[in-house]
This record gives sequence, C-alpha cells and structure tokens, in this order.
Amino acid sequence: MPDQQPNKPNGVPDDANTELSSAFPQTPTLGAMEVEGMLEKEDLTHSPDQPTESVAVADREVPRSLWQDAWRELRRNPIFIISGILIIFLIIVAFFPSLFDSTSPLECDLSKSQQGPTSGHPFGFDTQGCDVYARTVYGARASITVGVFATLGTALLGTVLGGLAGFFGGWLDAIISRIADIFFGIPILLGGLVFLSVIPSRSIWIVVAFIVVLGWPQLARIARGAVITARQQDYVTAARALGAGNSRLMLRHILPNSLAPIIVVATIALGTYISLEATLSYLGVGLKPPTVSWGIDISAAADTFRLAPHMLLFPAGALCVTILAFIMLGDAVRDALDPKLR
Amino acid sequence: MGIEATEVTADHGRGRTADSEDAPLLQVRDLQVEFRTRDGVAKAVNGVNYSVRAGETLAILGESGSGKSVSSQAVMGILDSPPGFVTGGEIVFKGQDLLKLSNEQRRKIRGTQMAMIFQDALSSLNPVHTVGTQLGEMYRVHRGTSKKDAKVKAIELMERVGIPAAKERVNQYPHQFSGGMRQRIMIAMALALEPDLIIADEPTTALDVTVQAQVMELLADLQREYNMGLILITHDLGVVADVADKIAVMYAGRIVETAPVHELYKRPAHPYTRGLLDSIPRLDQKGQELYAIKGLPPNLLRIPSGCAFNPRCPMAQEICRSEVPPLHAVTEPDGAPIEGRGSACHFWKETIHG
Amino acid sequence: MGRYVIRRLLQMIPVFIGTTFIIFAMVHALGDPVAALFGDKAPDPAVAAQIRQQLGLNDPLIVQYGNYMKGIFTGDLGTTFSGQPVTELLKTAYPTTLKLTIVAFTFEVILGIGLGVISGMRRGRFADTGVMVMTLIVISIPTFVIGYVLQYLFGVKWGIADATVPEGAPFSSLILPGFVLASVSLAYVARLTRTTIAENTKADYVRTAVAKGLPKRRVVTHHLLRNSLIPVITFLGTDLGALMGGALVTERIFNIHGVGYYLYQGILRQNTPTVVGFVTVLVIVFLLANLIVDLLYAVLDPRIRYA
Repeated sequence: MPDQQPNKPNGVPDDANTELSSAFPQTPTLGAMEVEGMLEKEDLTHSPDQPTESVAVADREVPRSLWQDAWRELRRNPIFIISGILIIFLIIVAFFPSLFDSTSPLECDLSKSQQGPTSGHPFGFDTQGCDVYARTVYGARASITVGVFATLGTALLGTVLGGLAGFFGGWLDAIISRIADIFFGIPILLGGLVFLSVIPSRSIWIVVAFIVVLGWPQLARIARGAVITARQQDYVTAARALGAGNSRLMLRHILPNSLAPIIVVATIALGTYISLEATLSYLGVGLKPPTVSWGIDISAAADTFRLAPHMLLFPAGALCVTILAFIMLGDAVRDALDPKLR
Repeated sequence: MGIEATEVTADHGRGRTADSEDAPLLQVRDLQVEFRTRDGVAKAVNGVNYSVRAGETLAILGESGSGKSVSSQAVMGILDSPPGFVTGGEIVFKGQDLLKLSNEQRRKIRGTQMAMIFQDALSSLNPVHTVGTQLGEMYRVHRGTSKKDAKVKAIELMERVGIPAAKERVNQYPHQFSGGMRQRIMIAMALALEPDLIIADEPTTALDVTVQAQVMELLADLQREYNMGLILITHDLGVVADVADKIAVMYAGRIVETAPVHELYKRPAHPYTRGLLDSIPRLDQKGQELYAIKGLPPNLLRIPSGCAFNPRCPMAQEICRSEVPPLHAVTEPDGAPIEGRGSACHFWKETIHG
Repeated sequence: MGRYVIRRLLQMIPVFIGTTFIIFAMVHALGDPVAALFGDKAPDPAVAAQIRQQLGLNDPLIVQYGNYMKGIFTGDLGTTFSGQPVTELLKTAYPTTLKLTIVAFTFEVILGIGLGVISGMRRGRFADTGVMVMTLIVISIPTFVIGYVLQYLFGVKWGIADATVPEGAPFSSLILPGFVLASVSLAYVARLTRTTIAENTKADYVRTAVAKGLPKRRVVTHHLLRNSLIPVITFLGTDLGALMGGALVTERIFNIHGVGYYLYQGILRQNTPTVVGFVTVLVIVFLLANLIVDLLYAVLDPRIRYA
C-alpha cells in the first residue's frame, strides 16, 4: 500500500499522514488484496461513515495494513520521536547553517590557532585559527548530503537490479548476482583507498558515486530476496492468472510488498554511510578542502589531539550524534516493520 | 462459570464411586489464562473445566483464538510467559496440582508422564539435528541412556510408528521426510517414554487428507495399546468423530458445550455447535446453500458482554447480552439427566429439543 | 554437499576475476608508474620507453592483467620500484596485520556473541537495555574517533596500554588496537546475536524442546544457540573484509607497520606493484573467507546442504 507508507527513507515524518492515521486508528482498509485505485487517502476518511459492510463485520477488529501498523508502532516509540526531532534539527542546520552561526567557517585568524573555547567562540579555534563552532555547524551539510544521497542511490540501484534479478530469475539473475558479488568482494575502505585516490576531484558527488558503486550489492541482495518471497505469494499468482503484465505485477503487487526490508536496511545504512564518508576523509581520500567536513576536521585535529582535544571532540561529537540519530531511526523503523520481533 | 460447571464437565461418570482407581488422570478446574500485551490484557482462557481418564480421548473443539491450544499449553507448562500467565484454577494430574509444583518438578513430568504433539512437524522439529538425535534426546536426558543405545531406541521408535527403512533414515534431517512421516516422528517423540497423557494439538491439520486418516489411526492405535489419556485439540469436526470419546467445544476461552461424541453430533445443545455441524458439507444436502456462522470470532481484548457468542447467534435475546450463561446440565425433555452433557446457553432446551 | 561445494567454487571464478580485474585496472589508473619511478626528475623519453617495454606497460591492460595473474599463481607478485620483491614486503607486513586481525576477531567473537546472548536471553530487562544502548553508541562512533579517544585515555592519560605499537608488534601491545578495530563489528555481532536469539526463542522447535522436558540449559545450548549462531557465523566471515579495511585506519592511529601502512605508502608514492600486490592479496583473502563461510554455512545448516 504505497500511499500508506508512513515514512520516507530520509526520515522526515509526513505530517499529513500523522493526522490521518491518528484520527482514524481503527479505520478499515481493504487489506492486502485491495481493489486498485480505491485506496486513496480521501476514501479512508470517509469509510467510517459508510457502513456498507454487514453489521457483523463492522464490530470486529479490522486488520490494519503493515504500513499503518508500523506507523502506529513508530508514533509510540520514544526512540523514533527523539531521532526524528534530532534529524529534523540536523537537516535544518545542513540547509541553513547561517541561522546558527554568524561567522564563516573559512574566515580564519592564524593568531588564534588552537585556542580553547572563549565567549562568542564556544568550541574554540583550530590550528588554522578557524572557529570550530562555525566549522562544526557548516560541516553538517556534507555529512547529511553524502548520507542521504548515497542511501537514495544505493537503494534505487540496488532495488532495481536486485528486483529484476529476483523477478526474472534465470540468466539475468545469474549475471546480476555475479556482478553484485564482484563489487561485494571489494572491502569498502580498501576500495575507497584505491578508487578515490585515482580521481583528482573530490566533490561530494564523487564520494556519493563511490559509495553507490560499492554499496548497491547489499541492497540488491535484500531486494532480490524480498522480491523472490513476494513473487511466490498467492496474490501474485492470482494477479498473473487474471492477466496482469510483468510491469504491472512488479509495480503494483511485488514492489509494495517487498519494500519493508529494503527500507529497513537502507535507513540503517544511512548512518553507516555518514560514518564511511568521515572515515574516507580521515584517510585523505574522501572530501577535500574547501569543502567543510567533520571527517576532514577530525583528521586535521588528530595530530594535535593531546594538546588541543577540543578541536577533535566537537566535530567528532557532532558526527556521532548525527550517525546515532540515523541509526536510531533505522532501528525504530526495523522494529516497526519487522513483525517477527514484536 | 461456577461450581455447577465443574460438576457437569469434570466428572463424566459422576455416579461412579470416586476411588483412586477411578480418579481421572487429568482434571482441569476453573483454569484462567491471560496474555498481558501492550494493547491490553487478553483473556484467553476464562474458567475451563475438563477431565481425562486413562485410555480416554477428549476432543477439544474450537476456532483459532478460542483458547483450546492455550489451555493445553498451560497444562503442559509451556505457556509463553510473559506474555501468558495462568491466573487461576487447578491442573490436577495424577493426584497433584501441577500449578503448585516447582519449575524443575514440572520439567521432569514433561516428556516422561505427559507429552505433546504439535501441528506443524516441520517447524516443530529442529532443522539442524537429525531425527535420530532428537528422538534419542528423550532417553539421553530423562533416562541417562548412552548415545549408542539412544540411537538404537530411536530406530525402534521409528519402526514402531511405521517409518520404513528406519535404520537408514535415523541419520536424516527433518526436511528430508514427507509431511506424514514427520508427523509420525513427532508422535514417536511424544511416545518415547510411554507417558500417561498425550496432548495432540491439531496433529493432522497440516497433512493431506489421505495421510490424515493414517496418522489419526496410528495415534488411536498407540493410545489403546498403552492405555494413555489423549487430549485431541482440533477445529475439524470430521477428525473427531471416529476417535474421541467425548467432546468439549470452546468459544472465546470458555467451554460452551460438552458431550459424549455421538450425542453431540446427533443433537447439539448449543447454537454454536449447531452452527459448526451445519457448516459441514453433506451429500444429502446437495444443491442447497451451505450454512456458515456469520461474523468472526471475538477479539479477546474485548469479549462481548453476556454470552460471548451473542453477536453471531441466531437465537440471541436480550438476556444473552447481559448475562453470562453458566454450563447448564443438559437433560432429556422429561428431565432425565444425560451423562456428561452440558451447555452454556440460556436457551439450551430450545436448541436441543427444538 | 559435494554438488553444493562445486557450484560455489564455479560461481567464485567469475567473481574472483572480476574483482581482481577492477582492482588492477583502478590501480593502473593511479598514474604513470614510469613517471613515478623517476620522482621529480623528468625521465629521458628513450629510457622511459625502454622501461615501459620491459615492464610490459605497452600491452593492452587485459594482457597485463593476464600476465600478472599468471605471476600470482606462481608466487610472483612483481617487484617494487625500489627493486624489492612485493612478496618480501608482504612477508614483513602481513604477519603484523594478521596478528591485529586475530586479536580483533577474538574480541568480536567472545564479547560480541557473549553480550548478544545475555541481551537476547533477557529481552527487555536491564542488562538487555544496557547492551542495546552501549552497542548503539559504539556503532555511532567511527572507528578512528574511538581509536584516538581510547589511545589518549589508555595510552597517554592513564598509561595502561601502549599508545603506539613498537616494532615487531607483540600481542600485548595489540590489545588496545585490536579492541578499537573490533569495536564497531563487535557491536553489530552483539545486536545480530540478540536478534536471532530473540527470534528463535519463539520458534516452534524450541517450544518442542521445552515440551520434551529438557533442562533449560540444554534447550539453550543444543537448540536455541546452535540454530541462532548460524547467521552470526555468516556475518563474522563476511566481516573479515571490514576488519581488514578497518585495519588501515587502526594501523594509522597506532602507527602499526602492517599491510595498511605499506599500502598507504604505496598509494602516496604511486608504487603500482606494491598497491596491486597488497590489494589483490587482501581481496583474495576476503573472497576465500566468504567461500569458507558459505561452506561452513552448509555444514551448520543441513537444509542448505541438500538443497
């Protein structure tokens, strides 16, 4: 039920959806075998006033769809609420860093090199004499951009390739699976060291592209498995028997029912991609100045860590909180979408 | 459900003398089980009474969620806890109340004196151990048998339940057996230490119809041979007819009707039982529309007030919505008692005698 | 079982070729090795051409790759630009990294599985919540941050452990780096173990084991753990790759002269033979580990074996 999908992979709770679900927690839906096209949000809001079903049906507990159930679960989960608020805050920081800081991260004064926190500069200065607070605030953008776009990229590529492999099977499956194995066979940090040192430009997009190239097999495996499971379900056989074509089967029946594990893995991967970007930058093959990135700053601060720990601890703290927020979100989503663990 | 219920259900032959020889093997009195979930407390079993004698077969009949499996899990002591809790009642087995025993004492009874057969043998057998290991485990743990002897015993058991080429197959894994053979292995496992009571939870539901009959027959044979008490839990009226001595019909955590097996088929005394019987397809009703009980089983978090069946009952009156019917002793129209019959319906007379 | 092994081996051939070829091609794109050989001096064009001819650099990439692979199977990984055989360099570097990985792996297995079992068996209790919060935090801190912080605390401030690893890398000096290297994986192992245990606790065959009257200990060890650890072992195997990658980071923090150190130097100096040799060996180890895990999986789960 795609229109009931409660949360987007980037973790922004959809307010309209919240309203709807909370207003009608017991709203009857048409279940997994719904007549297509009928399941519009507008329909749902009306259905309680339309007791067209027999009385006996009206008074029973109506089974909710997986997505509604998951959304209900999420709203009650404090971890989801905390991580959601954190992520919204981080996204605002990433988009509008100037709201939080008046100085520029590139405006540095060597005379203040490595000075500790003072008034107006709560995080102190780094070796170049740049304001650490400003650099921490502006560093959010790189991390979150890499995390979100790398996740979208791997999820898209992985779902398409893994989905095709699972749906068609046979030689297509064999080829895609082997290609996935090939990229899976390259340990990601090792690959980063080699691949990224080849490429002179180190824009955010190069790092995103690298993560997508080495990260998609993980999602493809999940998607392939989920599609194979979904394909064997009776309702897919039924739809096929009723003459549904391949594309219709895939988009209408199989995709919505395979999305849950993909979303779960992708959300958790988001946090690890942010960590990966920082590690690559630390190794000197990730982002490069003038991009402001926590990884670069931590790397630069590492040599003088014993003398001026504040230079490392503030960006590292920001980095950890960001990763923590996304991993917590992933955890909450998994708990909500994986009924086995409930 | 009060004392009178106990009197009707528990003692099939109340007239007989209650010497120890004749005391039931298992007697469940006013058993209460609830599940404490995040959505609230689900009352899965609400005061159930029944008894089983050695050599006797009691069938517990009901839809899923009626509490039939939960009550037997409580008897075995394998209730998932939390969330499941036994909140009241007694389970008297061979003269002692199991609920008063320690966990260790209960464990020693499981497998040796009472055993259970589960519905889905594929998932109920451990996929990573050979069937020989799993059968032999009974002897090794409870009897301290050596590995070698346990295997010999396992082969004997497999032969006993009719598995061909037992010697070769003892080293195979559950997924290498057919559904019927797997269920035979489950039966063999339950039978291993010759328990006094076997609880079979839908033992044939997952099987093909032809295999169903074979497995039921095997179970009945073994029961006679060892003079075991058997509790047969099922939702299938057809399975019960040939094997059971008496039937208890459960609905929403209560026993709504209890009767000797042929009595029940002949003239049900509860509208729910009648609905179940009417929904069996029959050849002599060819061409007529098949009856179906309307609606769905109640949500155990919100059991309807009064008689739990009232929203679905064709005979429901005002009293059914307000008062919980006790298990009335069912009599002939002239008031003569019928042995072992009870019905928890305000209108049992109308139901049985028209 | 035999057919399964053969199928897996056959499937590995294209994967092996593909992975090593990609690495080979990427390293060759690093830059002109001949130019790197001469450092800052501009090479004499004639000499450069001669060297190219000697090294076979004028051949198409695929031919160079073929020749290189032939070399690998005869134990020849080429010579570095300083004239040292790459195998020699590997012999000095690899034992150190191997030791580090063994220490890390031990932490991962013992602590990871141990914490996961405790957590999974006491779901919802204090110990469980504690383990979950702890692992969540550890996962959120990148290895290099954990590394610097622990190095500072243990090595500098409290002086309990060596802040940097001395030449020869004795095991005692590798405990702290090994723990740092294991930290994130350890947290994943603990969480995975907890999940599979929690899942299997509700499995029908565990209920059967209880109904058989087995003592709790036996239910847990023979049925619950035996089945729950199968996915954990799979994860441990594939995680070897992550450990080796992570070793690059850990070795840098603690100044350990292992594979990561030489690889890093090789990349900085564009020393193609070193980089190709080291990376290829690491990838082969990773692929072999994956294969072993696959086979182990079949041993542990009979359902795979007979599929």
